[in-house]
Amino acid sequence: MTDAVPYSKSELMIAASARLLGGVSNCFVGVGLPNIVCNLAQRTVAPELQLVYESGVFGARPERLPLSIGDPTLATGSTAVTSMFELFAFYLQAGLIDVAFLGGAQIDRHGNLNTTVIGDYEHPKVRLPGSGGACEIAIHARRILVIMRQARRSFVERLDFQTSPGHSGDPVHDATRGWHGSGPTNVVTDLATYGFDGGTGEMLLRTMHPGVTVDDVRGNMGWEPRIADDLDETPAPTDEELRLIREELDPGGVYTK
Amino acid sequence: MTKLTTMQEAVRELVHDGDTVAIEGFTHLICFAAGHEIIRQRRRDLTLARMTPDVIYDQMIGAGVASKLIFSWMGNPGVGNLHAVRRRVERGDPEPLELEEYSHFGMVCRYVAGAANLPFFPIRSYYESDIPRVNPRIVPMDSPYDDGDQVYVVPPLRPDVAIVHAQRADAGGDTQIWGLMGCQKEVAFAGRKVIVVVEEVVDESVIRRDPNRTVIPGAVVDAVVEEPFACHPSFAQGYYDRDNRFYLEWDRIAKEPETLEAWLDEWVYGLADHREYVEKYGDAYWDSLRPGAAPSGEVDYGRYA
Repeated sequence: MTDAVPYSKSELMIAASARLLGGVSNCFVGVGLPNIVCNLAQRTVAPELQLVYESGVFGARPERLPLSIGDPTLATGSTAVTSMFELFAFYLQAGLIDVAFLGGAQIDRHGNLNTTVIGDYEHPKVRLPGSGGACEIAIHARRILVIMRQARRSFVERLDFQTSPGHSGDPVHDATRGWHGSGPTNVVTDLATYGFDGGTGEMLLRTMHPGVTVDDVRGNMGWEPRIADDLDETPAPTDEELRLIREELDPGGVYTK
Repeated sequence: MTKLTTMQEAVRELVHDGDTVAIEGFTHLICFAAGHEIIRQRRRDLTLARMTPDVIYDQMIGAGVASKLIFSWMGNPGVGNLHAVRRRVERGDPEPLELEEYSHFGMVCRYVAGAANLPFFPIRSYYESDIPRVNPRIVPMDSPYDDGDQVYVVPPLRPDVAIVHAQRADAGGDTQIWGLMGCQKEVAFAGRKVIVVVEEVVDESVIRRDPNRTVIPGAVVDAVVEEPFACHPSFAQGYYDRDNRFYLEWDRIAKEPETLEAWLDEWVYGLADHREYVEKYGDAYWDSLRPGAAPSGEVDYGRYA
C-alpha cells in the first residue's frame, strides 16, 4: 500500500478535466481553473495543445499564472496576437477551435448555460456579467467542457435566461443545426463528472469523486440525474499531476487551495 | 499638423453631455485617465459603450456620468462584480441604468460595421439564445444565396467619441500598438471623433520605420494626448504591468456608495489631472509595475530608392 498524497477538491477537478483534453490541438481557455487545466494538459496528455484566448492570443506560453484572460504574460512569447475580430471570425467562427471551456451561474440537464441574470431580465435579482464570447463559443467550438461547482441553485430544472445554447433535447434537431459545435460533452463539478447521453443530449453521471454518494449528487441538483451503467469513482490526481499543479502552475495556491 | 493637446482640453472640446462615448481596450490599454477627466468635468447623460465594462465604467457610472450602457460582458475580471453598476441595474440606486447587450463577437462587429460604413454586419451567433429576445436590435436574416442558411445581424455602432490608448503616436495621430489589440482599430475608425492617448509621443520617423505596426492613421484622429501611466490599473504592454492589487481593492471600495464617493473625492475630484495621480502613487509604486525586457526581433523592410 502506498501513502496517497492528500489533495484538494480543486486539484481533483483540475486533474479530471485535464485528462479530457488528450490529443486536443486548439483550446479556448478561460481564466481560473480552465487556465490551469489547459497548462496541465499541455504538460501531460496534450503536448501539442495551443492555448487560445478570446483576448486575441493564439499559442500562448504564459510564464506566470495569468490572473485575467488579458494578462500581458499571454502576449509575450505567443505564436500570434490578433485583433478580436480576427480571433472570433477567422479562428472561432471558421471552426478552428477544438475545445472550449465554459461555466455559468446556472446549467440545465442539456448543458444550456445562463451567465446573464438571476430572476426576471427587466428586474433582475442578480445581474450577472452577460455573454462575453460564451454564446458564439458554445455554437462554434467543436466540444464544450464545463467546470462548475455543483449546487441546487446552479444545476436547475429551468434556466432563468439562456445565454449560451447546449443540446436542445431533440437529437434530430441537434444533428441538423449545421453548427461546428457538438455542444457540451463533459461537465466536471466538485462532486462528480458527467458526460451527455448520445440520444437525448441529457447530462449523464459517469464518475463520483472519492467519498461522494449518489445521494450527495442528487441533493445538489434540481433534477433527477440519469446514471451511467458503468458508474465509477473519479480517479485521484497522480503524484506527477499534483507536483505540476503545486510547483509549476499555481505555486501560490490561488486557484487550487 | 500637430493634434497634441491636454486631456482637459480634449475632453472639454470633444466630449459633450448626452454623447455616446466608447473607451475601449480589452484588459490592455484601457484609458482610465480619460474616464477620470470625464468624471472631473462632470459630464452627464452619456451612453457608454464598451465590450467589457469593468472598473473604469464602474467608476464612471458610480460617479453619475452615464444613463445607458452598451456592452457584452460586465464585471471585474478575475475578481467579481461591478457593485456600482449592479446597484443601478438591480435597485435603480440612485437611478436606473438602461442596458443594451450583445455578445463579444456582436459588439466587435458593431464597430466593424460602423468603421466600414455598412448598414449591419452578419454573424453566426445568437442561435437558440435568449439574447435577441431581450435586444430587438439583434435580428435573424436568411442568406440571399443559400436556402436555409440563417445569420443574425447587428447594427453599426458609431460612437460620438472613441477614446483609444496606445503605446505611441506621432503628433499627427499616427498610432502604433503592440500586445493585445482588443478592438482599438475598429472603434477608432468607427468613432465620429477620436482621442488617442499615448505613453509617448514620438517623431514621425519612428512610425515610418515600422509601418506594419501602425493601427490607426492620423487621418481619423482628432486629438493626441501624451499621458504616461494613463491606463493604470490597466496596463500598457512593455511599459507597465496590470495592477491586480487595485482590481481586488476596487471590490472593497465600490461595495458601498460612501466608500466609492470617498475614493472619487480623493483620487479624481481632489486631483487636478493625471500627473497628480501619478505623483500621488510615487516612483517606487510605478517601479514595482515595470516589466522586464522582451524586445521584438527586427525585420528589414528593404530600401527601394
